[in-house]
Amino acid sequence: MKAINYDQQFEFSGKAKTYSLIAIAIGLLAILFGLLTGQTERIFANLLLMSYYFACVCMAGVLFCAIQYVSQAGWSSSILRVPQAFAKVLPYASLFLIAIITIGLFTNHSVIEEGKKIFEPNLYAQWATKGVTIKGSGTYNAEVAAKAGYLNIPFFLARLVIFLILYSIIGLMLVKYSRKEDELGGMSNYNKSFGISAVFLAIFGFTYPVFAFDAIMSLEAHYYFSTLFGWYNFAAMWVSGLALIALVVIILRQNGYMDWVTENHLHDMGKLVFAFSIFWTYLWFAQLLLTYYANIPEETVYYYERWEPEFKPWFWLNIVLNFCSPVLLLMSRDAKRAPTVLKYVCIVVLCGHWLDYYLMVMPGTVGAEGRGFGVEEVGIALGFVGLFTFLMLNALSKVSLIPKKHPFLEESLNHHI
Amino acid sequence: MNSTKYILGIFDDPDDMMKGIDNLKEKGISIYDVFTPMPIHGIENKLGIKESRLPIAAFIFGCTGCTVAFCMLYYMLVHDWPMNIGGKPHFAVPDFVPICFEWTVLFSSFGMVFTYFYSNHLFPGRTPRVMDLRATDDRFVIAINAKTNYDHNQIDSVLKSAGAVEIKHNDRKYISYE
Repeated sequence: MKAINYDQQFEFSGKAKTYSLIAIAIGLLAILFGLLTGQTERIFANLLLMSYYFACVCMAGVLFCAIQYVSQAGWSSSILRVPQAFAKVLPYASLFLIAIITIGLFTNHSVIEEGKKIFEPNLYAQWATKGVTIKGSGTYNAEVAAKAGYLNIPFFLARLVIFLILYSIIGLMLVKYSRKEDELGGMSNYNKSFGISAVFLAIFGFTYPVFAFDAIMSLEAHYYFSTLFGWYNFAAMWVSGLALIALVVIILRQNGYMDWVTENHLHDMGKLVFAFSIFWTYLWFAQLLLTYYANIPEETVYYYERWEPEFKPWFWLNIVLNFCSPVLLLMSRDAKRAPTVLKYVCIVVLCGHWLDYYLMVMPGTVGAEGRGFGVEEVGIALGFVGLFTFLMLNALSKVSLIPKKHPFLEESLNHHI
Repeated sequence: MNSTKYILGIFDDPDDMMKGIDNLKEKGISIYDVFTPMPIHGIENKLGIKESRLPIAAFIFGCTGCTVAFCMLYYMLVHDWPMNIGGKPHFAVPDFVPICFEWTVLFSSFGMVFTYFYSNHLFPGRTPRVMDLRATDDRFVIAINAKTNYDHNQIDSVLKSAGAVEIKHNDRKYISYE
């Protein structure tokens, strides 16, 4: 076995830096373009989509670390710096999400409804519009008024902020313990990580569905409710996070870093991406089947909107990208062990989950008539990819790429399946 | 004429056994098989064992199960005895999916088990055939075909130097539990 450079550090410069900055600039230009052409609502819908995706991917990094600690997994310890870098970006991602949601809630655009001009907030118009809970006002809606005890702006924002702060703090604690472990060695920091990870999993498991209900499902608060929606989002968050971790590891390896990562580690990552793609499909389908079978209007409205001709092809493409492609391409053992195959499947899955979120967000915001796929969508998505790459690689470059005193490091370096 | 059929090198430590395999290969002695009481990482590559084709069988069984379930459902619910269930069309594809899925799993798991039994000649009542009893307990055994490797003394010395605790020259291939 060749010697391992325990002090190897990622150097963030050159092409990676330039391209991520260019991508951020493209994103800003796309936002500007959209605002100047008067498509405020569409821009906000896209910003919500991408900042939610961004925050979810970073949470998946924290979740990955936490699961590895709680299950006392050894195989992953040599790639743990990558999800830890995601965890470091989570505070920024949370800040973005909170900022976009707050701005969206408190800025208005006008719409003409039944001959009258009313002002709607740019996000969550269905429940945050002025007067929607006041009987006798022009915008009154009985269903939303009944939900107002839960869906009101102060409580909504408080939930959002508390959840994101909790996730961020625990993510940073895990990163800090790992840094200390590098200096001190021993088991004390590992044991602390174990404890805080168990706490995180309990908190995260109960609060993430609520977070998904708030951030995404409440876009369609008029009629729609599905108790499975939170777990469906959880699956999307987790599989896209895993795909991104695998993608980052593969790209780092192809650029000469992390030479201790073998096809055995990739095989495990590939298995996780494969399995959780199926898990995502399972929940997607469970929601569809129960809705179809029960045929309750509160639920079918969700699929009714997504079966409008503007959305229907995308609806099916979602399943092709997120189920068929990972299942067929990653089924064989050799495919999971081949870096190029795994890399392209990860890219497909990441694009697929952008589409998945697109189908969750768009019908409830811009609707079928305002739906679009153009400069705004691609530009804003690119902008957030650049932002994520920049922040994540910047965080990654601060520490050595291997947690050199992790107690299970030897197991990971000799990992074989 | 030497009546030895197989030479068994018996080790009590898997690392010694792995060293023994390397030493034998260095001397150009072909190994018939290796028996261990537990899986050992990297031994397949070392012995050059071909990858199992069981996953291919599993895939084919899975496809069969899915097709059979779909045909059965179609015949029952659409062709033979159409019923009005909750006002749904008779050919309600989403309802078919869970059953097709379950049958895919059922066929591929049972198919794999039976394929495995078949390819390993295992069935109820069959006398198990092993080359050394303690390979199922606490010993690691390298078996060498004595008919194709002629220099038995060299084999013995290579095994001994690698740390074999016992070397057997067996006249019969298998001993059984009988």
